[in-house]
Amino acid sequence: MVVQTPGAGPVATVPPGPLPMGWWTRAAVSAGLATAGLSRWLGLGAGSIIGGRVTLALDRQALRHLAAGRRVVLVSGTNGKTTTSHLVAAAVRTAGRVAHNAGGSNMADGAVAALAEARGTEYAVIEVDELHLAAVAEAVDPAVVVLLNLTRDQLDRATEVGAIASAVGKALARHSSTVVVANADDPMVVSAAALASRPIWVAAGASWLGDASSCPRCGQTLTFTEPGWHCACGLGRPTPDWWIEDSKACTADAVLPLDIRLPGQVNRSNAAMALVAACAVGIPADQAASALREVEVVAGRYAVVHRGGQDLRMLLAKNPAGWAGMLSMLSDPRPLLVIINAREADGRDTSWLWDVPFEQFGSRQVVASGERAADLGVRLSYAGLEHRTVADPLAALKALPPGQIDVVANYTAFHQFRRRLGREREVAG
Amino acid sequence: MSGESTVAIGLLLPDVLGTYSDAGNATILAQRLRWRGIAAEIRTITVRDVPPTSCAVYLLGGGEDTAQLFAADWLRRHEQLRRTLETSAVTLAVCAGLQILGRSMSDAKGQHYPGLGLLDITTAPGRHRAVGEVVATCAVPGVGSLTGFENHRGVTTLGPGIAPLGRVIAGTGNGTGEGTTRHRGEGVLTERIIGTYLHGPVLARNPALADHILHQATGQLLPDLELPDQAALRQTYLRGPAVSG
Repeated sequence: MVVQTPGAGPVATVPPGPLPMGWWTRAAVSAGLATAGLSRWLGLGAGSIIGGRVTLALDRQALRHLAAGRRVVLVSGTNGKTTTSHLVAAAVRTAGRVAHNAGGSNMADGAVAALAEARGTEYAVIEVDELHLAAVAEAVDPAVVVLLNLTRDQLDRATEVGAIASAVGKALARHSSTVVVANADDPMVVSAAALASRPIWVAAGASWLGDASSCPRCGQTLTFTEPGWHCACGLGRPTPDWWIEDSKACTADAVLPLDIRLPGQVNRSNAAMALVAACAVGIPADQAASALREVEVVAGRYAVVHRGGQDLRMLLAKNPAGWAGMLSMLSDPRPLLVIINAREADGRDTSWLWDVPFEQFGSRQVVASGERAADLGVRLSYAGLEHRTVADPLAALKALPPGQIDVVANYTAFHQFRRRLGREREVAG
Repeated sequence: MSGESTVAIGLLLPDVLGTYSDAGNATILAQRLRWRGIAAEIRTITVRDVPPTSCAVYLLGGGEDTAQLFAADWLRRHEQLRRTLETSAVTLAVCAGLQILGRSMSDAKGQHYPGLGLLDITTAPGRHRAVGEVVATCAVPGVGSLTGFENHRGVTTLGPGIAPLGRVIAGTGNGTGEGTTRHRGEGVLTERIIGTYLHGPVLARNPALADHILHQATGQLLPDLELPDQAALRQTYLRGPAVSG
């Protein structure tokens, strides 16, 4: 295979060929796949998590064995993991078969399931929850790690953001051959990726710095001077190897188009990170850039669902940083349905709604919905936003006019709503 | 524009103590005044500012461990602000903000750090992190049940002359008994300072507590406010101690 050197930064080394998998791992993988199949047959879900758990319970080394011999790209960070991993997978697929946890099951069990379901692929693109990045990286010895951003998410579950950055940094330092594609504009990411042997710095922007006002290394207040930031202790924004100008990704000796179909500045940043990651596993840059253009829908996000006389644009935002990125996508004065849950995967604490600048939403029609519709409704009232509150999202649609509607939901609310829309269609035949 | 009759709400160090969205408490206080025709402004006071001493209410929120020590140090360096909190303003302090106002805080290694000394309380780390919903009965007459979300490892011991803000029904709160009784306490309540472990933010969940603070700060009798969704929100969290989804 010809490995074309991209504009800047190192190219990941090719790992040794596939290793033979032990009989026990093979048995554990079979048991996991059988469980996943059973779960799907029973209609319990996609089955990837339960299948992965069974495999891991039988063989704790399963992830290591399944990943051996593949060129693995891990995509991590607080926001944009699913979208960016889809973009990377699209680019890498132009060069060979790819195992990918496309549904967004992003802990070790999800990674195991994705690798087990697509055996013998040359590549794997795995989205990993930032809390699990250290453990997964240890097992799969990745060719490339993409580190998008590190902000606060699910306060009730996560430890402090600084502690996450520190754990990620230690993990990256242990993998001297791994290329780390890191966002130079995010101080938390820089504090972690600065410990990597082979970083490629991308000026991908930071839409929300609410958690980044004090230095992740020493606790002093950071100084932000457009376009950089620095601390008296010496930590500062590294000189970027790649940056974004208008709709182009630029490096010292190349300019590549980023005319993607996914909306918003935040997705242009995700695309730039994906492009650099694809180049780092040896995909020719032009080939990768054109593949990014083909991505329209990511695990149901950005899809437009026609229902009755309404066109529902499906968007997912689950924390203040995600909402900050969403603002540029909601530029039209379209009616808006917001659906908020507070289940375990969402974080039980709804306080974060108060860090979303709903005040900036202007005079559009808004309906508050979901299992925590009342929390959202109270927040919207204090933001001065007139709205209606209808806890059931399907009933809430009746309170909105025909035509285009933006639907923004957090994690479990998004998937619940999609499932209900899907079931409705099946019934309608 | 700040006039004679404008009530100023000082949001202290949201850049350091902003981890748990407690800045929402400032929005809530200001809006509840405006809706009653009283002018209000929020003054955001960051570590780079010289803090004004003219605010009627000051707010401190929760934050991460290093940020908390940094904030305590910053407050100790602003003696005039300290005196204002002690003698004239009304203060709502949440979580790390509450601990900072006490006599001392200690970390997992047993290292002690001085607080501002405005409250006769001390805080040490507990064995487990307390994370989840809290229901408490509030000691302020007319406030009723308090609801909020706690997320801390602090165990706060109150001195003999200081009372808790409420009695814990569900959850952890201070993690210590209330005086000589076996009831568990939540937060502290003095003439000028309300301290609590509750996020949510606490005033979004408990509007009567917000109005108590505003009444203390302005001396005005405030008419009732009916906010849509408020009753439903409280019902979500107060319908029973087993709060899960």
